[in-house]
Amino acid sequence: MTVEPLLRMSGINKAFGPVQALRDASFEVAPGEVMALVGQNGAGKSTLIKVLNGFLARDAGEIVFDGKPWSAGSPQEAQRSGVSTIFQEINLIPLRSVTENIYLGREIRNRAGFLAWKLMDEGAGALLKEFDVSLDIRRPLGEFSTAVQQMVAIARAVSFNAKLVVMDESTSSLAEHEVGILFQTIRRLKSQGVSVVFVSHKLDELFEVCDRVTIMRDGVTVAVSAMKDMSKLQLVATMLGRDLAEMRKRGATAFAGGQHSIGEELLRADGLAVGHRVHDVSLSVRKGEIVGLAGLLGAGRTETARAIFGADLHEKGEITYLGQGRNFKEPAEAIRAGMGFCSEDRKREGIIPGMSVRENMTLALLPALSRSGIVDESRQRAVVDRFIKEIGVKCASPEQPIRQLSGGNQQKVLLARWLCMNPKLLIFDEPTRGIDVGAKAEIQKLIRRLAEEGLGVLMISSELEEIVEGADRVFVLRDGETVAELEHDQVSESVVMNAMAQGELA
Amino acid sequence: MTVNVDRPASDELRIESGGGPFGILSFLKRYGTLTALIALILFNFAFTPHFATLQTLNVNLTQVCTIVIVGVGMTLVIATGGIDLSVGSLMAIAGALAPGFFTGKFFHGNDLYVNIALSIIIPIVVAGLFGLFNGWLVSSFNIQPIVATLILFIAGRGIAQVWTNGDLQVFKAPEFQAIAIGRVFGIPFQVYIMAVIVVIAAWILRRTVFGRQVLAVGGNEAAARLAGVPVRRVKRLVYVISGLCAGVAGLIVIAENSAADANLIGMGMELDAIAAVAVGGTLLSGGRASIFGTLLGALIIQLVRYTLLANGVPDAAGLIAKALLIVLAVWLQRAERA
Repeated sequence: MTVEPLLRMSGINKAFGPVQALRDASFEVAPGEVMALVGQNGAGKSTLIKVLNGFLARDAGEIVFDGKPWSAGSPQEAQRSGVSTIFQEINLIPLRSVTENIYLGREIRNRAGFLAWKLMDEGAGALLKEFDVSLDIRRPLGEFSTAVQQMVAIARAVSFNAKLVVMDESTSSLAEHEVGILFQTIRRLKSQGVSVVFVSHKLDELFEVCDRVTIMRDGVTVAVSAMKDMSKLQLVATMLGRDLAEMRKRGATAFAGGQHSIGEELLRADGLAVGHRVHDVSLSVRKGEIVGLAGLLGAGRTETARAIFGADLHEKGEITYLGQGRNFKEPAEAIRAGMGFCSEDRKREGIIPGMSVRENMTLALLPALSRSGIVDESRQRAVVDRFIKEIGVKCASPEQPIRQLSGGNQQKVLLARWLCMNPKLLIFDEPTRGIDVGAKAEIQKLIRRLAEEGLGVLMISSELEEIVEGADRVFVLRDGETVAELEHDQVSESVVMNAMAQGELA
Repeated sequence: MTVNVDRPASDELRIESGGGPFGILSFLKRYGTLTALIALILFNFAFTPHFATLQTLNVNLTQVCTIVIVGVGMTLVIATGGIDLSVGSLMAIAGALAPGFFTGKFFHGNDLYVNIALSIIIPIVVAGLFGLFNGWLVSSFNIQPIVATLILFIAGRGIAQVWTNGDLQVFKAPEFQAIAIGRVFGIPFQVYIMAVIVVIAAWILRRTVFGRQVLAVGGNEAAARLAGVPVRRVKRLVYVISGLCAGVAGLIVIAENSAADANLIGMGMELDAIAAVAVGGTLLSGGRASIFGTLLGALIIQLVRYTLLANGVPDAAGLIAKALLIVLAVWLQRAERA
C-alpha cells in the first residue's frame, strides 16, 4: 500500500501477570478498507482491540492514528477521537428509545437546560435514513432484532465521525438474512471512506466482505495479506501455525498408541439443529473409540455436545443412545444413562470453587454414595482416595479447596468426577486447554487408556495434533454442519484442515 | 493458571503461626463470631447487674428463638444464592390460621389434643406450601429471588389480614401455648424447639446429599447442573423449608402473646433473620453456609442489644450497634475473598 495507513500499531506488548497476551504485535488499516482480524482463541485479537480502544493500557508499543500519536484512555475517549467498537453483545441500553441510545452521553439541550427531544428525534431519524433503516425511533431499542440494534450501534458510531469502526464478532448472533444487511452497511461505510476492522470466525464471511486479512497467533501478528491472494486453506493453516508444505503426520502428543478393538455403536446423532450455531450435525461414537470433533471456533462443536448431553435442547434431529432414541432434557438424565461431560470452561462450568477436592470429585456420584439421602462418608473417602492415587491428582489433602489446585489437577479431579461413575460415554470439550505440558500428556494418556478399556469418547479439540493423533475417527464441523467423516487412516492434518476451511476433502 | 500446590503446607502453616495482622484476620474469620459472643458474655458477667441469672438467660433466649428458627431456613435459601423476604408474612399467615383450630372455630372435634395437633400441623404445612410457591417462581421461571419472594412479602400479610378481617384474635389455650412458654428444667419449651431445628438443619447441611447439593448450587450453579445436581428441585426445597420454619416461628409468637394479630406477627423478621445469617458468617452470595453460625449471629445481635439496654443505653442506639455488626461481618467476608 502506498497510501499512508489510517491506523498503525507496532511493537505492541501486553501481559496479564505471567501470561504474555501480545508480543510485538502489529496491525495496520488503510483508509476506507475492510480489514479482517482472525486467530484462534487466545491468539490476542480481543486484547489488541482493547488496547486500541483504550480499554486496556499497553505495556509497550506505538500507535499512530490519522497521522497523530494515539493514546485513548477509555472506549469513550476513543469514540470521540474516531475509533468506535461494536461488541458482540451490543453495549447500548435496550430499554431506552433508539433516539436516546444514539444521543447517549451527548444529549442536546435547549436553552432552559431541558432535553430537546424534537431536535434529537429529527437528528436520529436523518442519521438512520442514511443507512436505509426506517423504524419508529421512539420505541425502546430492545424491541428490534439484533441486526437492527447493531445497525443503530453502527449509526451511533458513525455519528461520532468515526473513521474506524471495529466489529468484534458482530455476526455470531445474527440470522443469515441479517448478516446480509450488516454487509450492506459495511460496504456503505467503506464507500464513505470509513475503515472497518471485522473480527469473525466464519471464513465465508471474511472472503465476502473483507479487503485484507491480518492473522494472529499466540499474541504475534503472523501474516497480513490481501484477501484475494489467500486461499481458505492457507488462512486456516496460518491461523493454526501449520506449514502446508511439510506437515508431519505423527509425533507430538501422548495419544499415539497401539490399535485396539472397537465395539458396537454407543451414540448416534442425526441432523441435529440447536439455536443459531448448529444447523445439521450428524456423528456417531462406538464403544472403545475416541471420536474427534474438529472445527473452527464457532463451528458449533460445544453446542452439539451440550445438546447431546441434555444441557441445551435441540430443535431438530435425533439422538440414538445404546440403540434407543433418547432425548435428554436435563444433564441429570444423561448422567443416569451413563454419560459424562467435561466442559471447556473449568472455572465457569466445572469446579465448585469453595468445595474440597473430595466434594468436587463425588458431586455426580453423591446419590449413589448415600443411603436414604445420607452420605456414606467412609465410602466417599475410599472412592476419592482411590482416584487421587489412580490418576495422580496432586493435592495437599482431599479436603483442600479445589480452587487452590493448578489447572491440570483441577481437570484431573473433574475427570475423576466422571470416571467414578463408571460411564459408558464421556464427552471432552477441550480436555487439555490451559494445562501445562506435563499434565497434558498425562491426561491424553489417560483418555487413550480409558478408550482401550471400552469407554466411548467424544473429544472436541482445537488442537489439530490432538485430533489427528488422538482420534480413531474424526467428524469435521463447519458453520454448524458436519462436512466430513474421516476414518483413522484418512486422518491427517491437511485433510482435517481442508474440511475445516472449505468444507470438502482435499 | 492458578497458584500451584507443590508447597501445600504453606497455607496451613500461616494459620497456625497466628503471628502478625494476617494471623489475627484469619483467626477472626474462622472464630470471629464465637469469640465475639464469648467476649460479650464475659463483659456482661463483669459489668451487668443480675446477668448470671436464669431469668436473664430465658429473656435473651426467648428473644432469639424465632429469629434463629427463621434464620435456619434463611441460611439454606441464602446458601443456594437466593433470599427469602416473605418469611415475616408467612409467620403472619401461620399465626393467623392457628387459633381457629384450637378455639373450635373451624373444627368441632371433641378431643382438645386433636384440635391442638391440627392447629400446629395445618398452619405449618400451609406456610410450607406458600414457600413452595416461592420456590416454584424462582426455579421454574428464573425470577430473581428478591422479586419472587417480594410477592408474598406483600401479599402474604394481606392474606392473613383478610383471613382474620384484620381483627386481633385473643385466646387462652395453655395446652397450645405450652409450645412457647411451657418450661422444661426451667427453660422455655421454644428453646428446645429451636435447638432441635438447629441440630437437624446443621446435620442435613453437612451429611445429606441434599445439603451438599444446596452448597453446590450456591457455589456454581452451571457446574452443579452439568454434574447432574437437580438444581430446580434443590431450589424449590429450600424455599419450602424456609416456609416451614417461618410457620413454626409464627406459632411460637402467637403462643407467647396469647393473641394473634396479623398486622404484627413477624413484622421485620426477614431483616432480623438475614442479619443473623450475615453475622453468622454465611456467604451472602451462596456456596458456604453455617447453621450454627446463624445461631451465634442471632445470639450476638440480641446480646449486644441487651448489654446496651441493661447498661442504660436506649434501644434506638442498639439499632446502630446492630448495623455496625452487619457491616463488620460483611467486611470480614470481603477481606476473605480479596
